[in-house]
Amino acid sequence: MADGTSRHEWPGASLARVPYWVYQDEANYRAELRRIFEGPVWNYACLESDLPKAGDYRTTFLGEMPIVVVRGAQGEIHAFENRCAHRGALIALDDSGSTGSHFQCIYHAWTYDLAGSLVGIAFEKGSNGKGGMPASFCKADHGPRKLRTTVLAGLVFATLSPDTPPIEEYLGDEVLGRLRRVLHKEARVMGRFTQALPNNWKLYVENVKDTYHASLLHAFFGTFRITRLTQGGGIMVSPDGGHHASYTIQRADDASSTAYRDQGIRSEHQNYRLADPSLLDAVNEFGDDIQLQILTVFPNFVLQQIHNSLAVRQVQPKGPGAMELHWTYLGFADDDADMQRRRMKQSNLVGPAGYVSMEDGCVGGFVQRGVAAAGDEVSVVNMGGEGAESQETRATEASVRGFWKAYRRYMED
Amino acid sequence: MLAERVSQLNAEYARAIDDDRLESWPDFFTDPCLYKITSADNYRRGLPAGLVYADSRGMLKDRVTALREANIYERQAYRHLVGLPAIRAGAADTVHAETPFLVVRVMRDGSMDLFATGRYVDTMVDEGGTLRFRERLVVCDSSRVDTLLAIPL
Repeated sequence: MADGTSRHEWPGASLARVPYWVYQDEANYRAELRRIFEGPVWNYACLESDLPKAGDYRTTFLGEMPIVVVRGAQGEIHAFENRCAHRGALIALDDSGSTGSHFQCIYHAWTYDLAGSLVGIAFEKGSNGKGGMPASFCKADHGPRKLRTTVLAGLVFATLSPDTPPIEEYLGDEVLGRLRRVLHKEARVMGRFTQALPNNWKLYVENVKDTYHASLLHAFFGTFRITRLTQGGGIMVSPDGGHHASYTIQRADDASSTAYRDQGIRSEHQNYRLADPSLLDAVNEFGDDIQLQILTVFPNFVLQQIHNSLAVRQVQPKGPGAMELHWTYLGFADDDADMQRRRMKQSNLVGPAGYVSMEDGCVGGFVQRGVAAAGDEVSVVNMGGEGAESQETRATEASVRGFWKAYRRYMED
Repeated sequence: MLAERVSQLNAEYARAIDDDRLESWPDFFTDPCLYKITSADNYRRGLPAGLVYADSRGMLKDRVTALREANIYERQAYRHLVGLPAIRAGAADTVHAETPFLVVRVMRDGSMDLFATGRYVDTMVDEGGTLRFRERLVVCDSSRVDTLLAIPL
């Protein structure tokens, strides 16, 4: 690697071969935190609606860096490292809250304004003329690192780098359009859950981008024709490769397809029918017959629309072999009671207990364990060729290759 | 006597799951019903979504069929320890109870982990001499789930 932190080399330029050490190597993982999560990328941080008024905050992570995201007095959104400038303690301890006009570190009561600037030091002048900070100490020169934030369709993203391009440019027009398609009005949180996954964070991101696996691993999908490779649909990959949107469109002739049965694929169960089909009583709320859309923003964000089940998922790395996935289930602020019930029923499809997602919770761990002794071997990512361009099929791994195209650029620059 | 009936119902419910007799699990509920797995944090905030959400016996049956026929997960089993119910009688034949539980998950490789703790927030009714859950909210103390949640709590 360029910074000499690892003895590992990529096996060649092809995006269709990925060496397994990328999921295992500690030094490579540390480099990812610096070069990717703390680098020139937009990390999803929280919803704008999490911060309705000045002083409202959420704590989250930029890779492993703890950060605070907070609404400022003028309505602006600040983000800064959740680390006191004095001894490094966390400044904010809760997942969310409202702090008024200041944060105060509990350790020695150093205080920060909503922008994360150090504004107060307890006993700065000492006590009875003794002690205190040196007169030369300048508070403005000390403070947690500040991040830039941007808001897109109600989502707050943060970056530590001054070089990250504007979010619209970062995403590209195609993926931007797919994101705005779903988040086109004010969202409302319906629930939050965290899933601890026993695998490297990249295995999950690849899984989300991998349209090839969806109807093969997830038998529930195939059986109820929620998505089939034989349905209409495709993938869009951003020019830099890092972001994607995949989608399926209902096609009238799908019911007559025998492609799965002909290949003897496990996910075909002709006799499996729901006792209560109200689970899939979906409405075409976006008016475009797209039943399912999965979208990623490099490196840590997923937006999911599966029928009327909407969620954002935030990927948090926790070392080379572990990660957490933070689910926020969404509806819209103007949902009526029927729509809310419909979304709750369809949320059975997703999350840690989801009919079409519980396998994603374990399959990354199966890879992590399967490749335990195979750091110098490679995986094959060849469906749909070698490139990372948008394709009008879902029987492709183009968006997985797109991930590696972006990943290698950040890591090898 | 009511406390005894509720405790017996809880014990039978736990046995059905832990003995892998999931096909009998829907019979513990009325039809319609409400079964929801959520977290204490979501419950406190009034956030309605659940990890599992079923409002009919049919949806509970579908959950079992999916686990048997469609979903993929490593072989695992639960051991429920269910505490004493705090009971208050409601209107007519309705009983409300809140009961703490603890679930150990045993994986095929022998590893055992404390998978979930929480409380059942229940509404029960007597249906022809059989006590059933009209509503069972499984309120987990933690919002974090390890790997996946397949078998019901």
